[in-house]
Amino acid sequence: MPLLKDGKLTDDPFVYVDGDAEIPADRAIIVPLARWKSDRDALRGRSAGLGVRLKSDESPAEIADDLDSLAVVALDFPVFKDGRSYSSARLLRERYGYQGEVRAVGDVGLEQLHFMQRAGFDAFEIDSDDPEKDWQTAQGDVSIWYQPTGDGRPTVAQQRKS
Amino acid sequence: MYRYDEYDREFVEQRAKQFARQVERRLAGELSEEQFLPLRLMNGLYLQLHAYMLRINVPYGCLNTTQLRKLAHIARVYDKGYGHWTTRQNMQFNWIKLDDMPEILLELASVEMHGIQSSGNCIRNITADEYAGVAADELEDPRVYCELLRQWSSLHPEFSFLPRKFKIAITGARHDRAAVLAHDIGLRLHENDSGESGFEVFVGGGLGRTPFVGKSIRDFVATRDILAYCEAVLRVYNQLGRRDNKFKARIKILVHEMGAAAFAELVEKEYEFIKDGALELAKEEVERIRMHFAPPAYESLPDVSPALESQKAEDTAFATWCKNQLAAHKQPGYAIVNISCTPIGKPPGDIACDQMEALADLADEFNFGELRVTHNQNLVFTDIRKQDLHALWQKLVPLGLSTPNHGLITDTICCPGLDYCALANARSIPLAEKISERFADQERQEEIGEIYLNLSGCINACGHHHVGHIGIVGVDKKNSELYQLMLGGSADENASLGKILGPGFDEDGIVNAVEKVVDTYLEIREEGEKFIDTYRRVGPGPFKENVYRAPA
Repeated sequence: MPLLKDGKLTDDPFVYVDGDAEIPADRAIIVPLARWKSDRDALRGRSAGLGVRLKSDESPAEIADDLDSLAVVALDFPVFKDGRSYSSARLLRERYGYQGEVRAVGDVGLEQLHFMQRAGFDAFEIDSDDPEKDWQTAQGDVSIWYQPTGDGRPTVAQQRKS
Repeated sequence: MYRYDEYDREFVEQRAKQFARQVERRLAGELSEEQFLPLRLMNGLYLQLHAYMLRINVPYGCLNTTQLRKLAHIARVYDKGYGHWTTRQNMQFNWIKLDDMPEILLELASVEMHGIQSSGNCIRNITADEYAGVAADELEDPRVYCELLRQWSSLHPEFSFLPRKFKIAITGARHDRAAVLAHDIGLRLHENDSGESGFEVFVGGGLGRTPFVGKSIRDFVATRDILAYCEAVLRVYNQLGRRDNKFKARIKILVHEMGAAAFAELVEKEYEFIKDGALELAKEEVERIRMHFAPPAYESLPDVSPALESQKAEDTAFATWCKNQLAAHKQPGYAIVNISCTPIGKPPGDIACDQMEALADLADEFNFGELRVTHNQNLVFTDIRKQDLHALWQKLVPLGLSTPNHGLITDTICCPGLDYCALANARSIPLAEKISERFADQERQEEIGEIYLNLSGCINACGHHHVGHIGIVGVDKKNSELYQLMLGGSADENASLGKILGPGFDEDGIVNAVEKVVDTYLEIREEGEKFIDTYRRVGPGPFKENVYRAPA
């Protein structure tokens, strides 16, 4: 799946290691939460990049104490209409102060980009023929927001005041 | 009422364009139907039995005459000449073509209207007391907070893909006309002991196939904290609400399954983190919005109008209308006027384009250019000088808008039912019409007194049957339409859920059964007792006995 960051397609340095699969020696990896929990110490000892993937029913509270060790937290959208990971992203950014990459994976497309950006996602595995064009479209779509979120964009109320 | 500024306008225009693009992408196959569905719903567009249905928000029921004329125009040009008021105080058009949608949305945007979040699994139109700002029994005008919540909930980055739809209602009066206990979040404005204003918060109320009365989870949230508190409730729900089963996905199921106390504890924990943060309401923004709801330029008048009193004495039809349709205003010399859109033998809540235009003229002439939509599918003129009542009434009569049945048995809430709706099991409108005709006699209706009769064409309960004093629900039994009767529901501050009385009826049978229920009440009621009081005193027994007694 193409990875979109800052509006540009980039090479994804990470590979997913599912279940009990063997961990490649020098590759940056993203593991499921269960693997992280069972192999935490071993995984921490590696020098290559490390990420954890949370399913939409797994709370970021589970990794809140480990965030310093994680370069990526991937949050899953099993289907378009499952909105749990929006809350997870906001909690990672606004509650736990996570500065690393928050990546949207799963059923991710143009129509969610503006919501996701505002919730704190900054990387997107997007299902599209032209992700960069989608990004541009989404940026032009909506510029008015009423809600304050951790991304710091001015809300309508703040703009009215200034 | 609230008027858009440049930001609100830009927001709606952007959304209209965005939806036009989403329609194009769907037609080009870039969006699957599964992906398009929530986007279409989020813009108020349903696919019904015969056509698309478009639902247009009337924020907390407040409408100006420019908007009403636009709705009339849309009804005439794009629909079949009429529209339908909904129980979320919205307008619904039932015969819309997908091709016309982009144009309709632009028309709506030009009068500060839209269908954003009028459906879908997101926060729906905020509803409120239809007498907000003018009711004599009001503690504080809830519209300021309705508007703040409307803005906060519009395109919320975190809460646009909830487990299920989410409805919020607010009342600021002693008597609850907004059915706040039948909502996902119900807010009751009141003052605490130190005179500060805030909200009691109820969660987990709702109708549908598993009805619940809302539970109070906090007695007092200061007004400045209300967005933070609602965000806490929504965050807990978004994370924990069930997504495995559509029928168990509303917050009421979560609250019921975990218990209100446990739910409240989670909300409190979340609230502790976010309170006093960016969501805290700034005084100047609250005041800016409050200015929009400043009272109109009332004249100072004596509360009693001699002209009105003599007009009532001379004209009994007018006197009857006054007796039933007026409510007490906080400003002396003014009255609140209920305008029935549920005339005898007609579909409840329907309104024709000509009626809309005529009402717009009347609202301009008599009511400061504004009107309200009620969750009972009627309209309200909030600010009529008592001396103008007779002139107004005379103009309502030829429009078919003078039915004096406010709060009486023919003033039904009714869903569209099988005539329109893809979910319905049974027709509801024709049955409402039949019941209305059976009780058409005005004297008899008044003798019966206050009865809320609510009717739904299926268990999804869009006609609020659980909270009708008399509730009727259509079910499908072996491919024939069957109606169940329930008694004892109520949607006010003493909310309760109706209980099924016994086996169901066919269409004629249910009309007879309703009549037997009413006759039983008349027989056994005590002095001054309303129907609901009698039912609460005696329970279902006497009603059941009369309704199901074998013919002699």
